[in-house]
Amino acid sequence: MIDNILLAFSSLFANKMRALLTMLGIIIGIGAVIAIVTLGDSLTGSITDSMNSMGASNITVSLQQKSSDDAGALMFGRTDPGAEDLITPTMIEEYRTQFGDKIRAIALSRQLGNGEVSSGENTATVSITGVNTDYQTLDGPTMLSGRFVRDEDGERMVAVVSDVFVESVFPNSQNVLGESFDVTVGNAVMRFFIAGVYEYEENGFISMDNSDPVTTVYIPVETARRLLSESEGYESLTIMGASGEDSTALMEQTESFFASYYTHNDSYTIAASSLESMLSTMTEMLDTVKLAVAAIAAISLLVGGIGVMNIMLVSITERTREIGVRKALGARNLDIRIQFITESVVICLVGGVFGIALGVGLGALGASLVGTPAKPSIAAIGMAAGFSMAIGVFFGYYPANKAAKLDPIEALRYE
Amino acid sequence: MSSPMIEMHGIVKTYYQGKPNELEILHGIDLVVNRGEFVSIVGESGSGKSTLMNLIGALDRPTKGSYLLDGVDVSNAADRQLSDIRNRKIGFVFQNFNLIGRANAQKNVELPMLYAGFPARERSRRAKQLLEMVGMDQRSKHLPAELSGGQKQRVAIARALSCDAPLLLADEPTGALDTATSRTVMDLFHKLHREQGKTIVLITHSPQLAAETQRVITLIDGNIVGEEKGAAYHD
Repeated sequence: MIDNILLAFSSLFANKMRALLTMLGIIIGIGAVIAIVTLGDSLTGSITDSMNSMGASNITVSLQQKSSDDAGALMFGRTDPGAEDLITPTMIEEYRTQFGDKIRAIALSRQLGNGEVSSGENTATVSITGVNTDYQTLDGPTMLSGRFVRDEDGERMVAVVSDVFVESVFPNSQNVLGESFDVTVGNAVMRFFIAGVYEYEENGFISMDNSDPVTTVYIPVETARRLLSESEGYESLTIMGASGEDSTALMEQTESFFASYYTHNDSYTIAASSLESMLSTMTEMLDTVKLAVAAIAAISLLVGGIGVMNIMLVSITERTREIGVRKALGARNLDIRIQFITESVVICLVGGVFGIALGVGLGALGASLVGTPAKPSIAAIGMAAGFSMAIGVFFGYYPANKAAKLDPIEALRYE
Repeated sequence: MSSPMIEMHGIVKTYYQGKPNELEILHGIDLVVNRGEFVSIVGESGSGKSTLMNLIGALDRPTKGSYLLDGVDVSNAADRQLSDIRNRKIGFVFQNFNLIGRANAQKNVELPMLYAGFPARERSRRAKQLLEMVGMDQRSKHLPAELSGGQKQRVAIARALSCDAPLLLADEPTGALDTATSRTVMDLFHKLHREQGKTIVLITHSPQLAAETQRVITLIDGNIVGEEKGAAYHD
């Protein structure tokens, strides 16, 4: 076997240019597959990483217009959900009772809007959000002093502010807990008492230039509801599953739980989603793209394989006399067949190795252009190597068999 | 040592059998070559010389008749058996040497042993030994293209001996060589015959070379027309 491999390499080196041209189809085919798979994996990897840091398994439950109303929605525009459509605190309580051990937190929030806070010469723009206690578990900030919003706060005018806010509004105070500030939202002026200070975190997605960042003021969700004069109930809420819980299953159960309240509602139902489920949709799409590229690459490999077969037939014709000599010296048909299949496999495998190198290189280049770390897929590389060997065997068999069946007398007489 | 090396009876070889252009080349050859004999087969081109050589060399099967080589029936052997017979029983020496161009002298000598399944170390050892015997040990790493005709033929003879085949079958071995080189090659055959007791069948159209052998068999139009003692043969 080793002799056959050495022999194959020696005939490869004897015709370097020809061998290279023959391999080109294989190189391009394998290279394309590896490049796309490497790039795809790198993209998926970086998306997964960033989504996990954002809490990919959190489930968002929100109202969704029923599709039967699409025509109406198109005609009249989106109708806002009425008070009777909202997710009620009762539903949330029942959900908590039923799924208690499967969930870690149910975060509720209400946007009050942006407001201006002035203190002497200093002004700060804030975004006021009503939240419940569980909000901290899910998405909440790190507390520096005081406490976060509590459900027991009810409709009290307490607020949790950022350290950035404290610096600009109370530049000289050591302890701001219990201090009050006035905030103007639209025409209304409201006074809040500071219950806690959290550490402001730069939002990674939107750069803030150098202007003062808009920091969030957290107030109790019930307070926000009263200030907005809204009815009880929510358009959306976010659920964090208990650790180790299958978030996909939990998402489905949650959706059907809430949807059961809406079976008789004509306009609205409930949809649950998570970044994870969105991610898997994206991954599926990427996989489809990968599959399409693989199909194109397969055609390239087929063409490459035919090229290999062609060159093997040429090589066998050229070496007819050698085959005759080998047979006269006692080579069995099997020996000849193995010799030429080995040669064809070596051509394809060398082409495959070049292709893998090319593909990993291109994939890394592509990944660096997109700005993600390259992740060459070991499985894809292994498969590419195996596949190129298989091409070698498949397309080498016919020529090798032809060589094996040559009549030694005819072959010896061949000029 | 009882049975002859070659025992042919009523050998007929027909090409294109059953077709309109059917052609009978050999018309019933009876030929016996004893062990240790050095015989020559002479004949004009078209006399069936090559066809007979192919049959003796187990490259082909006769259409009719029986052929025992070293006691083994060749006339009914399968392809695989023919390969083994060629490998183990026959050492071929061709007019145009037929060395493998990409392999050096030693690798060429090793080739039959490779097909016989000798281990690598044994192949290498024996190849070196044989190259030394034919006086080519200094050139063992040279490619055939780097060797002269006489040197190539000596490598080819070493290759023919590599599996220790009892029969050497030489087809015009000096046909492509000048007189002086031909002499060295013929001397090598005589030496192998004398010292190693090889049975040698020499196919040639040269009466001078044929006369050096023990027995000259003349072939005309597919029949053996005469046998005589080699006039110039001496022990």
